[in-house]
Amino acid sequence: MAGATSEALPLADRTITDVGERLRGREVSSRELVETCLTRIRRDAQRLNTFLAIGEEAALAASDVADAALSRGHGTNRPLLGIPYALKDIFVTQALDEDGRPNGGLPTTAGSRILAGYRSPYASDAEERLRAAGAVLLGKTNCDEFAMGSSNENSAYGPVRNAWDETTVPGGSSGGSSTAVAAGQAYFALGTDTGGSIRQPASLSGVIGLKPTYGRVSRYGMVAFASSLDQCGPFTRSVRDSALVLRALAGHDPRDSTSVEESVPDYAAALSGDVHGLRLGVPREYFVAGMEPGVEAAVREGIRVLEGLGAEIVEVSLPSTDKGLATYYIIAPAEASANLARYDGIRYGFSAGEDELLANYLRTRGEGFGPEVKRRIMLGTYALSAGYYDAYYVKAQQVRTLIKAEFDQVLTDVDALLAPTSPSVAFKIGAKTDDPLLMYLNDACTLPVNIAGLPGVSVPCGLADGLPVGLQVIGRAFDEATVLRVADAYERVAGFAELRPPTAHD
Amino acid sequence: MISREDVEHVAALARLGLTKSELDRMVGQLNRILEAIAQLQDVDTSSVGPTAQVIPLENVMRDDVPRPGISREAGLANAPRTEGALLRVPLILEEGR
Repeated sequence: MAGATSEALPLADRTITDVGERLRGREVSSRELVETCLTRIRRDAQRLNTFLAIGEEAALAASDVADAALSRGHGTNRPLLGIPYALKDIFVTQALDEDGRPNGGLPTTAGSRILAGYRSPYASDAEERLRAAGAVLLGKTNCDEFAMGSSNENSAYGPVRNAWDETTVPGGSSGGSSTAVAAGQAYFALGTDTGGSIRQPASLSGVIGLKPTYGRVSRYGMVAFASSLDQCGPFTRSVRDSALVLRALAGHDPRDSTSVEESVPDYAAALSGDVHGLRLGVPREYFVAGMEPGVEAAVREGIRVLEGLGAEIVEVSLPSTDKGLATYYIIAPAEASANLARYDGIRYGFSAGEDELLANYLRTRGEGFGPEVKRRIMLGTYALSAGYYDAYYVKAQQVRTLIKAEFDQVLTDVDALLAPTSPSVAFKIGAKTDDPLLMYLNDACTLPVNIAGLPGVSVPCGLADGLPVGLQVIGRAFDEATVLRVADAYERVAGFAELRPPTAHD
Repeated sequence: MISREDVEHVAALARLGLTKSELDRMVGQLNRILEAIAQLQDVDTSSVGPTAQVIPLENVMRDDVPRPGISREAGLANAPRTEGALLRVPLILEEGR
């Protein structure tokens, strides 16, 4: 069946679909799955630096509750019951009780020194929905500080290393989550994607990464970076698994006024494996100079595979694509500079402890934020400052209108778009840290999708130089079903469904 | 071009304390980034309106009814300095000034 994994794979490296059936058949327990993940987490803690917090006791206790429910036959229509997962440390997890005392929940840092030791008084919508679905939280994953970065090197808690090659980056900003799933440390993990922070690390880590439509999933309890672009979604080892997690996450939440009241389809049921009659557009501007030849070859081959399955492939044009980077690097920092104004050293988080107000602001923020966050606050503050607002911020919003209109136009003609996820495979740690612009180019193929608010998924399409490459499928707003259907049909025949890092097998 | 004085001014607006070497680096980096961003000025947007966000929602309202929030204790638990049931903040008004 679709999503089943072969007997050759260790338990830790299997899909949700596979272990879920075993859970419901009582061949394996949720406790065993948690222990399997914890063994991998411990084994690779030093080597990969994936987790910032681990909730071992709570996870084992939750797994026992799940096992009791499974034994009573309560697993039907609850595909995540008993499945261990991880949250990017951008999602707040409730760590205080009503009396303000630690309740055993996990701290939240957003990968920043300024939130070291922060204990949230409330839970994120994602944590609540996944708890209701019966999934078992293992811990919080490392990430670029405030989700700003494409390599995970901007974490205040050290870089995450790629499970395929420890000398390379896993991508970012959700590199801890992509690595947890690649390295058999969690059966799924959530990330956040503002300009590619789910899809790009999924591509570099050889896993599936799905960014839903803006508005599809509540952002309540997600530490804010750029509020008109941020969205959360899953990392998984199969497209079907992503469909299962999205179903659990999606839906309106009155606590996030940007979440919409759209009906949530049964995404997994829509995975027919059939792409006959679908028109899939290939935007020529996404195959840019500077793209690695091995990446282009793998992506082109992926497109041919879909053509072989009966999809109609059409070359299309999105002429403003090359304006995406500039547009993004005005809008995202501008919104970030406003969102990060809340870190004032007074209400919560790190404080320099100065007695004079201005000195306390300057030192708290100067010492609490890392270099990339400071750069973006500066860029955003400049773009919003008197005399520059129209030239930068309004201009970027106008170009945003053009970029969105081009996507809307093309997507009336085709059902979905196919593109590379990242122009390169995983690069060496330290290779781009001295050149912010070079680092920003990693997201050239993903950030236009955030600017337009569309859904996108990255699915592994092979290796180049021994490192994973991702094929990106982009769809119409709220049409994750088609995006997932295309990716799943591809995954079934492409031969990369059991792609795992060499170190996974032990 | 953004000058060193501009960078210092923006850092002050952002309440961001930067060291001398951070300021030095920031001037060069911001100039390179702004140079790349300047390509937007070539795009004709004379008849294009701005997009602040992409979903067709506006003025989302909820019923104006009281509901429980987080407790005072939980709200204060992460504060660097408290005094009794209050946040302790640096002095902003002094007598006689």
